[in-house]
Amino acid sequence: MNTLHGSIKVKDLNFYYGTYHALKSISMAVEPRQIVAMIGPSGCGKSTLLRLFNRMNDLIPSSRVEGEILVDGVDIYDKNTDVVSLRRRIGMVFQKSTPFPKSIYDNIAYGLRIVGIRDNRILNETVEKSLRRAALWDEVKDHLGKSAMSLSGGQQQRLCIARAIAVSPEIILMDEPCSALDPIATARIEELMGTLKDEYTIVIVTHNMQQAARVSDKTAFLMHGKIIEFTKTTDFFTKPSSKITEDYITGRFG
Amino acid sequence: MKEAILAAFEKSRSRRAIWDSAMVYVLSLCAFGVLCVLFLIIFHLLVQGVTSLNLDFFTHLPKPVGEKGGGMANGIAGTFTLLALAICVGVPIGLGAGVYLSEYAELKFAHTVRFMADVMNGIPSIVYGIFAYIVCVLPMHGFSALSGGFALGIMMIPMISRTSEQFVRMVPNQLREAGLALGVPKWRVTIDIVVPAALAGIMTGIMVSLARVAGETAPLLFTAFGNRYWQHSLTQPIAALPLQVFTYAISPFDDWHRQAWAGAIVLILMVLLINGWAQFYVMSRNRWSSGK
Repeated sequence: MNTLHGSIKVKDLNFYYGTYHALKSISMAVEPRQIVAMIGPSGCGKSTLLRLFNRMNDLIPSSRVEGEILVDGVDIYDKNTDVVSLRRRIGMVFQKSTPFPKSIYDNIAYGLRIVGIRDNRILNETVEKSLRRAALWDEVKDHLGKSAMSLSGGQQQRLCIARAIAVSPEIILMDEPCSALDPIATARIEELMGTLKDEYTIVIVTHNMQQAARVSDKTAFLMHGKIIEFTKTTDFFTKPSSKITEDYITGRFG
Repeated sequence: MKEAILAAFEKSRSRRAIWDSAMVYVLSLCAFGVLCVLFLIIFHLLVQGVTSLNLDFFTHLPKPVGEKGGGMANGIAGTFTLLALAICVGVPIGLGAGVYLSEYAELKFAHTVRFMADVMNGIPSIVYGIFAYIVCVLPMHGFSALSGGFALGIMMIPMISRTSEQFVRMVPNQLREAGLALGVPKWRVTIDIVVPAALAGIMTGIMVSLARVAGETAPLLFTAFGNRYWQHSLTQPIAALPLQVFTYAISPFDDWHRQAWAGAIVLILMVLLINGWAQFYVMSRNRWSSGK
């Protein structure tokens, strides 16, 4: 069998902010080209877990990781891991859209230029391909030189997705990518995720349970830093195995 | 009980109203005072100096004592030269320090350096002149444009580092994370994303510091020294507008006094021009960003 890239395996992971035990013995596996949603009440650790996948929490002083996270079988917390190249393989889209203070074109081309690609033909092609992939091309193709800040919130978020996929990652992490968007822009992003999953593994953190149900193949439910339930999304919402999950998805708390 | 309180309240009402309008009146007088000072200065300058302000003033060298006319072309060019030299010293060091303090330094170290910068801002400008005299003029065995630019440049450092640090710090952290998440090394994120995001503020800071040192006289007295002729080399003494204004103002000749006033007008115009250009730059950049 042709092995696909983009798998994540978490083995007995513990994470601490100083003395605060934020994630407790987490184990989970994400298969390539799956969409996995992580839900749970605020402060449950879902964003923390997501940010461990591309070592974004490295920036936080006095944080500590125990256990293993394997991306395609390689421990990303190994001493020899090159964080910069790891992050090139794992893209990230944030809650607030984060266009760089550059033109639309330069936002997308930046990730390529940084690895030394100067060939305008390659840059042009990748910019167009990425913007098409992110369903933004038709809206911006006539003013690629305009500032990315001039786009609407939903367009900015799609630009950030295009920027992430321009460097051909294997995995895309999304941290509540729609929480600042209106329902129409949200629908466009969700639709987009459906088309992206034939090429990328996607892990999405969301507060919106309907969204998790709509877009994901598997859903993880976290509370107090633990995974309460991690199973196929259809089963998760129709026959949850845990009482806490059932209470949460029926809106009894959270 | 309730009636008594209401009655007292009613009684105090007129008194409160009078106090209220009196205070507003006093404060507005203060605001008017600010404007008055500025307008009086400009008015006085114009009355005294505008008659000497002509094309010759911008294109001719000073005439010897006793001869009428002449201008301060060398002083104007000299001030621009000194400012350019000051930028070469002040901007790289000040901006570099500001960016380092915001992006890399530990908070405690940043605090210490910031405190030092505030102290440096408070140092009288003549002390900068003495410092430049010792480290530049003495080793070079002579007054020079270079030492004058150096004196002005080191004056700019604390101002620029302070403002750039402040504006770079204001860049939202998410923007840095977005860059890092793209697999961009931190130093490239800093140069390509963070600094451009803060550029409008940084530029304003540079312009304000430039406008401030443009009018400095004391640090130039024994560095640039002044020159009545065209300067041909950066290692020679150079004329500067504020120096020339100073020399002419304390001279015993009426014609020179008038020229000093004209020089002051030109100096103020230059500062206004620099500030106006900075404003224009920031505005047009913002306009591009918001896509209008």
